[in-house]
Amino acid sequence: MQKSLHIIPEKCTGCTQCEIACSMQHDGIFSPSKSRIRVFKFHDEGRFVPYTCTQCSEAWCQRACPTGAIGINGETGAKVVSDTVCVGCKVCTIACPFGTINYVADSGKVAKCDLCDGDPACVKACPTGAIVFIDAQNTGFERMRSWAAKTDSGTPAKA
Amino acid sequence: MAWARKLLRVNLTTGTCTTEPLNMDWAKLYLGSRGLAAKYLVEEIDPKVDPLSPENKMIMATGPLTGTAASTAGRYTVTTKGELTGVIACSNSGGFFGNELKNAGLDMIIFEGKSPKPVYLLIQNEQAALIDADEFWGCSVWDTEEGIKAKHQDPFIRVASIGKAGEVGCKFAGIVNDMDRAAGRSGVGAVMGSKNLKAVAIRGTRGVRVNNPAQFIEAVNNGKRVLAENPVTGEGLPTYGTQVLMNVINEIGALPTHNHRDVQFVGASDISGEAMHAVRKDGTKNLVSNAACFGCTIACQRVSKIERSHFTVKDRPQYQIASGGLEYENAWALGADAGINDLEAITFANFICNEQGLDPITLGATIAAAMEMFEEGVITLEDTGGIDLRFGNAEALVQITELTAKGEGFGREIGLGSKRLCEKYGRGELHMGVKGQEFPAYDSRGIQGMGLTYATSNRGACHLRSYTVASEVLGIPEKTDPLVTEGKAGLVKAFQDATAAVDACGLCIFTTFAWTLEDIAPQVDAACEGDWSVDAMLELGERIWNMERQFNLAAGFTGKDDTLPKRILKDAAKTGPAKGRVNELGKMLPEYYELRGWNAEGQPTSETLQRLGLI
Repeated sequence: MQKSLHIIPEKCTGCTQCEIACSMQHDGIFSPSKSRIRVFKFHDEGRFVPYTCTQCSEAWCQRACPTGAIGINGETGAKVVSDTVCVGCKVCTIACPFGTINYVADSGKVAKCDLCDGDPACVKACPTGAIVFIDAQNTGFERMRSWAAKTDSGTPAKA
Repeated sequence: MAWARKLLRVNLTTGTCTTEPLNMDWAKLYLGSRGLAAKYLVEEIDPKVDPLSPENKMIMATGPLTGTAASTAGRYTVTTKGELTGVIACSNSGGFFGNELKNAGLDMIIFEGKSPKPVYLLIQNEQAALIDADEFWGCSVWDTEEGIKAKHQDPFIRVASIGKAGEVGCKFAGIVNDMDRAAGRSGVGAVMGSKNLKAVAIRGTRGVRVNNPAQFIEAVNNGKRVLAENPVTGEGLPTYGTQVLMNVINEIGALPTHNHRDVQFVGASDISGEAMHAVRKDGTKNLVSNAACFGCTIACQRVSKIERSHFTVKDRPQYQIASGGLEYENAWALGADAGINDLEAITFANFICNEQGLDPITLGATIAAAMEMFEEGVITLEDTGGIDLRFGNAEALVQITELTAKGEGFGREIGLGSKRLCEKYGRGELHMGVKGQEFPAYDSRGIQGMGLTYATSNRGACHLRSYTVASEVLGIPEKTDPLVTEGKAGLVKAFQDATAAVDACGLCIFTTFAWTLEDIAPQVDAACEGDWSVDAMLELGERIWNMERQFNLAAGFTGKDDTLPKRILKDAAKTGPAKGRVNELGKMLPEYYELRGWNAEGQPTSETLQRLGLI
């Protein structure tokens, strides 16, 4: 079964435990600036939204890479950057429509979410369940269920 | 490891920034943040120095855990000689600034001297420079923070700054970071303003390492689980924030109101955590969401929006936003103490405190004292510039808050704090505080241990130096009777020492609703070199406490200053469970001195100082 990171922003408190855990997992150091998942704060609205790579099936970053540095992990489906092949040309960062692959000046390479080989550190660190790792085919089910619950209940559904 | 092992020294007089190695011998004795910064301050300034003179120093410090995955480990402290109090000040703030400082590879910044013109400090990892702040002088905290990020084209810069209040010399000006997190108390912002330092802006990407990562992650995960499973940190604080206390403290008759004339407020439920959750006339709620500081798995912070039709914001769209909402202390000071039950008005006053860098506790308490003098006729309409400063007047609260923030009109007098204000009008006994700092939101006639807490607190009256409310009201770690004095000396000492140790780590004191040092010591021990057992942590706390005490004694304070206002010691509570009670400080203080190893005058004995390695 292929699994996806599923993000539920309304549960996020903006604590950035996901960023802290991601940097330790990949860089062996606590450094949110190196995290591949980022929590965006919309202060004046009181909203926090974690955001990271969605692991496109046909990935723009992978298509754009001139050196073939972006491969696929057969087990997780994650698009994974090979540091030995990446030349830091940044074309993938232009190609990605979501901005979730980025250049890291310290290494001279790009970095993106690799799903931690199927056991994502951000999910384990999140204290509120705002980031979960579930069947990739089911990410819409909770929302579908909440709409279903309102059907014929006499209450107009609200997005 | 855990420590960056480096500090930045900023001489504002000469405009130079130099790094130096952290004194690791001291780090092993004082750990970090509140403890280590106090050690540097004690070594480097004359305790008798005028707080606003260039000879006073101001230290922004992280703890060894700051910037790690430990829950709540994003805090930093500002240590200096306090302008409001004249004793050692150590104000503590959350948000994300502390982590950024640590990620820039620094444990602390020591500011000394005074800049000839307004400047801000910009740190980008190894680069640090003082930059002309003419364009930001006069700006609010909010505009300064946004302006600096825009100017340097980096939204990830974290900023701690003073607002107008710190520039105009308000004696309880604070330093605000991340828009609404504050090192609020004791006038640390007034000291920053006196140095012509508008802001500290940091971008740090170097990361934080710990001594034993595997052991550390295990200890951190254990700690996070304890917080999640505890009813206070796992449910009460995320749902209601500290405002969970408003109705509880009112019911036990310890909610000061009308400048501590009474101990129960009829309007308490109108300004409670529950009221923030209630649906308003327009279908919205005051509370938008909760929020977390860096790495915090509790998330007690309130995010609030003021009702759009409310008089405070209806013609001012810039305040129709979500921003830092009411904590219990702020709701009490701006609300209950001033006899005001208008939740939206006190939320607005709180916004202004964040926007312009004011301590809302001292502000509310000073307004309450002024209201009492106004009702007595000591302060007149002529003095206030026509503001009808009666208890309960929400419009007056808002007007006075804005004037105080700008240092204009009668706001300039409020900006003195209640001690100086009451003395100026010949009513010094109406100052409700200790060592010049106003009480927070617990009346010590109804919670006896808090009387001893306030009287002996090293930074003036404060709940964050030994929160015996936890034991006396909430039963954490075990229930004691709030109306009994027996055993409180030991309780206060234990809370004071443990709190100093927690502060020195870089953790938030709110963890201790669930954590004891048994939960904290393993995290410190895995992160830092050295042996950090529970006993070592307790000794650390005691060492810090005695060092702060020594500073205050050298500054000219004595055991005679360990007292409470006459109103608390002589005028009995009129209602509630504490009816007929005063605070019986005299029954607790001698025992406290003895437990501390101090003489009858409240001076640490040479044996005590030797035992703690302080001489």
